[in-house]
Amino acid sequence: MAPKIGTGQAGHRAAEMERRTRIVIVDQNSVRRAILEEGLREAGHDDIVHLSDTENLLQRVVAVDPDVIVVDLESPSRDVLEQMFQMSRAVPRPVAMFVDQSDTAMIKAAIDAGVSAYVVDGLRKERVKPILDMCVSRFNAFARLKDELEQAKSQLAERKIIDRAKAILMRAKGIGEDEAYGLLRKAAMNEKKKLSEIAQAVVTAAELLK
Amino acid sequence: MTRTVRVGFIPLMDAALLVVAQREGFAEEEGLALDLVRDVSWANLRDKLALGFLDAAHMLAPAAVAASLGLGQLKVPLLAPVALNLNGNAITVSLALQEALAEAATGDLADPVVTAAALKLVVDRRKAAGREQPTFGHVFPFSSHHYQLRAWMRAGGVDPDRDVNLVVLPPPYMARSLASGLIDGFCVGAPWNSLAVAEGHGRILHTGTDIVDPCVEKVLAVRLGLDANEPDTVERLARAVAASAHWAADPVNLAQLSAILAAEDAVGLPATLARAILTGELRTGTGTRVGPHYLRLSPDALPPWPDYADWIMRQMVEAGQLPRIGDSLASARAVFALERYVKATGEILEAGPARPRGIGG
Repeated sequence: MAPKIGTGQAGHRAAEMERRTRIVIVDQNSVRRAILEEGLREAGHDDIVHLSDTENLLQRVVAVDPDVIVVDLESPSRDVLEQMFQMSRAVPRPVAMFVDQSDTAMIKAAIDAGVSAYVVDGLRKERVKPILDMCVSRFNAFARLKDELEQAKSQLAERKIIDRAKAILMRAKGIGEDEAYGLLRKAAMNEKKKLSEIAQAVVTAAELLK
Repeated sequence: MTRTVRVGFIPLMDAALLVVAQREGFAEEEGLALDLVRDVSWANLRDKLALGFLDAAHMLAPAAVAASLGLGQLKVPLLAPVALNLNGNAITVSLALQEALAEAATGDLADPVVTAAALKLVVDRRKAAGREQPTFGHVFPFSSHHYQLRAWMRAGGVDPDRDVNLVVLPPPYMARSLASGLIDGFCVGAPWNSLAVAEGHGRILHTGTDIVDPCVEKVLAVRLGLDANEPDTVERLARAVAASAHWAADPVNLAQLSAILAAEDAVGLPATLARAILTGELRTGTGTRVGPHYLRLSPDALPPWPDYADWIMRQMVEAGQLPRIGDSLASARAVFALERYVKATGEILEAGPARPRGIGG
């Protein structure tokens, strides 16, 4: 016969697991913060507070009384949070960096992803690790998105400059688009330069020769 | 064979010797390619160094000790084969506090005991009027900046834990926090005090040397493991820093040094301001102080004396960061790798370190 759930020790443990983990996020990058918050909410965490990087951070963190503080490594305010390791008048509940300091793989993954977490002393590893894993994966996802965006922007800029150079050559030499493109490509090969560099040179020269 | 060394630093004047080592080729002469990486927090430098993302780092000497003792954080044994400077801090206060201190002071404002006593009066008056306690910022719990503030305050009977709020505040936010009234003063390294004064938000009340002179400040820290596995690399780093110090100490190079540090990817400040700081000419907001020992980047500032650990640990105990000195002293002293420095540079150290003088000594 199955034991009744909700009574005695089993019930107490279940109740404890229900208690929400309050998470504070300190991240000036609003897009990244949104991506992180979305991930945490999807995982069932709905007690999330965002604190901005600036003045009075420590006081505000203490007032919120979080279980976990997630901070991006680009934030100078990490040093502000370092005060939380020692109990004082200002910091009644001390924190630790990661629940398990021997988990260097976890810490390394976090630093590599650009995120750090502070965890209130005593919080159990099982509760924290999934949160940290989520932070690492979301931070990495953001970094990839950012890279893709930069690549796309740069490709777009290159295409624009090549288009301009083609137009200049077409006008100046009375040739068609394909021929103009061929000239640019040949010059790039001869000079061992990128097509966009040659295109930029054409555009710059045209400006100067106006 | 060139060994690439990743070295993290915070954009401060006392990172000078690292920047010089790269820009002027002293690292290259030692067969090292210095990859200088700018960062924004001391916590980052500590963690990245601990985990191998950095080979070496610009570091607050007390933070190097704290990391080695496992105080507050990731325990990682560090070693400092060379110091990067001595001194360089200042206590800057708001215009309002400067006026209040001047009014309450009985004596010369240049005397830190006088200003500390004046601070006590200001503290008492605010308390009587039901106003908030004065708040002072500094850079990191384990820093000479924090300890200098405490020593200064204690000299006037101000209890640093009960009478004021001491908080960590990132230097880029300090001047504006002073202007907005969020804080009443701060202790930070160059160039932040001069910048606050130049912006019209602060008055330099004291240099760190008014409190304790000389004061250990930054070191170049490496992991114990690197020193064990590659002592040659560590020695080459120390020699590169020493060569930089000799170059920087020559007045003929002052303009070039100022220009190097002025660069956006180095410290990033007007070259004229850099030059003034380097020559110890400080505009305080109420005048100009000249003190050549304001920031010491010279060769005699480099030996990593184990005695520095003694001072640091006394401060830690006073600050309530450590219950007592006890057995940890040996580990703390071991952070300062004087033997490695002597082996690297061949320097003959005749005298020991100068005993720190002052109310914070």
